[in-house]
Amino acid sequence: MRQFIHGIAENNHYQATHLLQILRQIQSRYHYIPEAAIEQLSGLLSIPRTQIISVIEFYSFFHLTPRGRYELLISDSITDHMLGKKDLLDYLAKKLAVAVGAVREDGLVSLENTSCTGMCDQGPAGLVNGYALTRLDRSSIDKIVELVNQQKPLDEWPKELFLVNDNIYKSGLLLDRQMEQGAALKSAFKRGVKATLAEVDKSGLRGRGGAGFKTATKWQFCSEEQQSVRYVVCNADEGEPGTFKDRVLLNSYADQVFEGMTVCAAIIGAKQGFLYLRGEYLHLYDKLQSILNQRRQNGLLGTNILDQGLDFDIEICLGAGAYICGEESALIESLEGKAGIPRNRPPYPVTQGYLGKPTVVNNVETFLAAASIAVNGGDWFADIGTEKSKGTKILSISGDCARPGIYEYPFGTTIQTVLNDCGADDVLGVQVGGPSGTFISNQEFDRKLAFEDLATGGSFIIFNSSRNILDMVHNFTHFFAHESCGFCTPCRVGTSLLQKQIDKIVEGHGSAGDVVALEELCQLVKNYSHCGLGQTAANPIITTLERYPDLYQNRLKEISYEPGFDLDGALTTARRMANRDDAGAHLAQTDAFGSRPVASLPPSLAVGE
Amino acid sequence: MSKTITIDGKVIPFEEGQTIMDAAMAAGVYIPHLCHQPEFTPHGSCKLCTVKVNGRNCSACTFPAADGQDVLNHTEELIEDRKKITQMLFVEGNHFCPSCEKTGNCQLQAVAYHLNMLDNHFPLFYPDREVDASHDEVMVDHNRCIFCTLCVRASHEKDGKDVFAISGRGIHKHLIVNAESGLLKDTDVAATDQAAHICPTGAILIKRTGYQVPIGQRIYDHQQIDQVSLATEHPKHGE
Amino acid sequence: MANKIRVATTSLAGCFGCHMSFLDIDERMLQLAEVVEFDRSPITDIEHCTNCDIGLIEGGVCNSENVHVLREFRNNCKILVAVGACAINGGLPAMRNHIPLEECLNEAYLDGIGVENPKIPSDIELPLLLDQVHPIHEIVKIDYYLPGCPPSADVFWKFLTDLIEGREPSLPYELVHYD
Ligand SMILES: Cc1cc2nc3c(=O)[nH]c(=O)nc-3n(C[C@H](O)[C@H](O)[C@H](O)COP(=O)(O)O)c2cc1C
Ligand code: SF4
Ligand code: SF4
Ligand code: SF4
Ligand code: FES
Ligand code: FES
Repeated sequence: MRQFIHGIAENNHYQATHLLQILRQIQSRYHYIPEAAIEQLSGLLSIPRTQIISVIEFYSFFHLTPRGRYELLISDSITDHMLGKKDLLDYLAKKLAVAVGAVREDGLVSLENTSCTGMCDQGPAGLVNGYALTRLDRSSIDKIVELVNQQKPLDEWPKELFLVNDNIYKSGLLLDRQMEQGAALKSAFKRGVKATLAEVDKSGLRGRGGAGFKTATKWQFCSEEQQSVRYVVCNADEGEPGTFKDRVLLNSYADQVFEGMTVCAAIIGAKQGFLYLRGEYLHLYDKLQSILNQRRQNGLLGTNILDQGLDFDIEICLGAGAYICGEESALIESLEGKAGIPRNRPPYPVTQGYLGKPTVVNNVETFLAAASIAVNGGDWFADIGTEKSKGTKILSISGDCARPGIYEYPFGTTIQTVLNDCGADDVLGVQVGGPSGTFISNQEFDRKLAFEDLATGGSFIIFNSSRNILDMVHNFTHFFAHESCGFCTPCRVGTSLLQKQIDKIVEGHGSAGDVVALEELCQLVKNYSHCGLGQTAANPIITTLERYPDLYQNRLKEISYEPGFDLDGALTTARRMANRDDAGAHLAQTDAFGSRPVASLPPSLAVGE
Repeated sequence: MSKTITIDGKVIPFEEGQTIMDAAMAAGVYIPHLCHQPEFTPHGSCKLCTVKVNGRNCSACTFPAADGQDVLNHTEELIEDRKKITQMLFVEGNHFCPSCEKTGNCQLQAVAYHLNMLDNHFPLFYPDREVDASHDEVMVDHNRCIFCTLCVRASHEKDGKDVFAISGRGIHKHLIVNAESGLLKDTDVAATDQAAHICPTGAILIKRTGYQVPIGQRIYDHQQIDQVSLATEHPKHGE
Repeated sequence: MANKIRVATTSLAGCFGCHMSFLDIDERMLQLAEVVEFDRSPITDIEHCTNCDIGLIEGGVCNSENVHVLREFRNNCKILVAVGACAINGGLPAMRNHIPLEECLNEAYLDGIGVENPKIPSDIELPLLLDQVHPIHEIVKIDYYLPGCPPSADVFWKFLTDLIEGREPSLPYELVHYD
């Protein structure tokens, strides 16, 4: 092991910034990070062991204790649930004879849930040793169980288990044609770098990662910083449940994305770029590396690109299971080999980003669009869309519809149009923008996709009338509690409290005061959290409570208060040990005589009259 | 002309590079805080210092002061919400003040007193956490840690060591120490380290000193934290 | 005299420290007695409370009987007050919360030091233990909280006189203590 670890450290030039990449390799080899490895790395990278442990314990894909030689993770996205995930997971656990969350006694296999793996159009999905599994059903599970028990190496598993489809059903401005390699760079150099920035500006392109900041302005700010070193980062963390368009773009349009990054580098004067690829997309890694190599061979990356004196290269860094690393400053921390904890702002990444240097962070789709704009000019893009939202938006559509997949629409398109195209009927509502976005009801389908109306990073999950909205809220609320980085109090504690409160209501223990308490808590988490995760974590509750107050009220009992835990259940151990089961050994969840009715509370202060 | 901000209507001068917290405290205006101490790099995690800057919530300890900012600090809404954030800190750990050596000297408790917090409001988590009494002179009671990272910063920035770190994610955050055994006795911590004295709560304690001052005569028994904080952290405030 | 304010008190999983502290209001008790009469309380012999104005609860909820008593108070008191650390956050009894109940019972009745005739008590007269100790606000709705372990006599006095005189009860800084 010493030699193995020394080798990895050497390949990574003993750089602590590469800690995540190093740990990924160790985890993949040993299925955990052994104590001896921590000790050794601490010496080789000259960082305290505590720093290594805090990274291991932050990311879902790293472990301090051994996982199975086959690490099976099943996606816990609401879309997987809608496709029957729960039954499948139970079936898998039973077949493998391992509990969810545990390692089988022989150490061969471990099973666990994981946050959305970005396969919502082809779920239920999972990961085995980091590689994506799609379209799970009983027969593929039977096969997997057999392969595991036979200890077949992954490369001997049937390819169809790992088949990932693009499912592009509607293409527009961006997806219609594949750009020729080098075309955007050639146009940019021909037009001139400054003039190209002016075209990006004219195009009105705004960031596609969610916040919608104007791209040209970001690039401009970065280029104006008085620093000689700058960086370009492509955010391919795509962790928002229900989003998978960046996966498709990197699978089939990667050249164009890299080209967008290179154009950006030429404009801002960066020599180094990073593609931060979520760990769940490991299956794309080799392909992307070979595209980068090809580009180097073709003079589109490396030194003196297209003989224009531009030096720029791109490195791919893999994440390790943390939604928060999609937040740009957390992403930068992660790139630096640390836990993904959002930084204090200001300073923003454009002034102090990677290693404290000015850094542009953009979404995959943003770079893709920028490359097209470099070729076709700003007007070509700005002619389409609405006043404040130019061009098109690529949607990831999943949930209850006939054709889940990728759809590209001009901004301004109505929800109804989208629903018609993907074959969705009997729709109850749509979650636009993922759990951090908005739930809209079937009364609002004339609303439009646009920053000025329904802004979205691209997640579009459809629910038909057989679905229970509270199940969705429950799933999303658990997602945020699981993904909170824990840095700030309102989100660390607040998301867990939201989870407790929602569980209480969903499980039928809610009482009159609970919805008020819930609303109050939502506002607290929203208004006081440090970053976008906490600030949006209450959105599933807020947006559904606004639209379906009855849904919540109906779950509440007409009493002033009910415990949030199972009272009678809390006596189980004592009953068993005392060997009792008489009436006195049980407790009703609510008072038999009925606790005070709501109306007589709060008590009046004018007592004794 | 020096630059100024206003806090609750009061005009307060500041120097370039100062945060709202720096400017306020220097001018004798207390903003509640737990994860902040002026000698250390601001952290911005507890969110107790949240103020409204031109209508937007910001952490005073990290947000730079800028000319003309209109800051609200002592409003009913902010006080109520800060109380709830404090209650969150109480329920996520195990704070049984009657059995805590730090009672009366504890900043978490003092802030709670200052905000007139009478109950916990939220359900309690009762997490299962350890006490590390392995070291001869210094002990860590994880039940009371609020993850302010002051000990982490003090150890790194002042003591030139890295005894402490915060590990884990979300609600599973926890303090770890720099030793293979995971025990304080195997670290290079010393009772003279600043890190051993900086903890705002009773999570890091120096052994055998707890009851030198009787309960009832402790720092916050008679003085509110706003006064204590201004006097100790900004002795020259208002000059 | 018909209109005296009816006060009931009880100790659940507490140490009676709060009751002792209440009695520390000393001679002010006489003043109080002019406007207050005590219903169910350790200081009276009344077994069940009926139609009270104020219920003062000391201690948290650790067993089934605590739940019944607490509910009786909630059903019969206009204003229910959590008195002391144990009622508010479980207090010292809640320090058992991270130890599984099974271990607690084993230690106490089976394999602890000095245990004679090891046997888990089993009698329908005995209340069963809950697996954790809970603050009372997690079982019923609580109207006011008096922190302290115990709250000082002055806290009781200030709170009750506020209520009796029709003011919204409040505690000044000097009276807020958790120890
Ligand atoms: C919790 C959280 C998760 C995010 N995840 C992503 C993501 O997966 N991909 C992305 O491009 N942006 C994500 N963002 C937004 C980024 O912080 C940032 O705004 C974006 O990458 C900027 O690129 P753009 O201007 O091209 O949109 C996330 C933000 C937050 C708060
Ligand atoms: S809001 Fe949540 S995710 Fe963001 S910094 Fe705070 S704890 Fe971390
Ligand atoms: S650390 Fe402070 S708040 Fe916590 S128990 Fe000790 S005195 Fe109380
Ligand atoms: S031990 Fe104390 S100083 Fe260190 S993080 Fe915890 S609360 Fe802060
Ligand atoms: S003091 Fe500012 S966030 Fe803690
Ligand atoms: S019983 Fe009064 S404080 Fe515990």
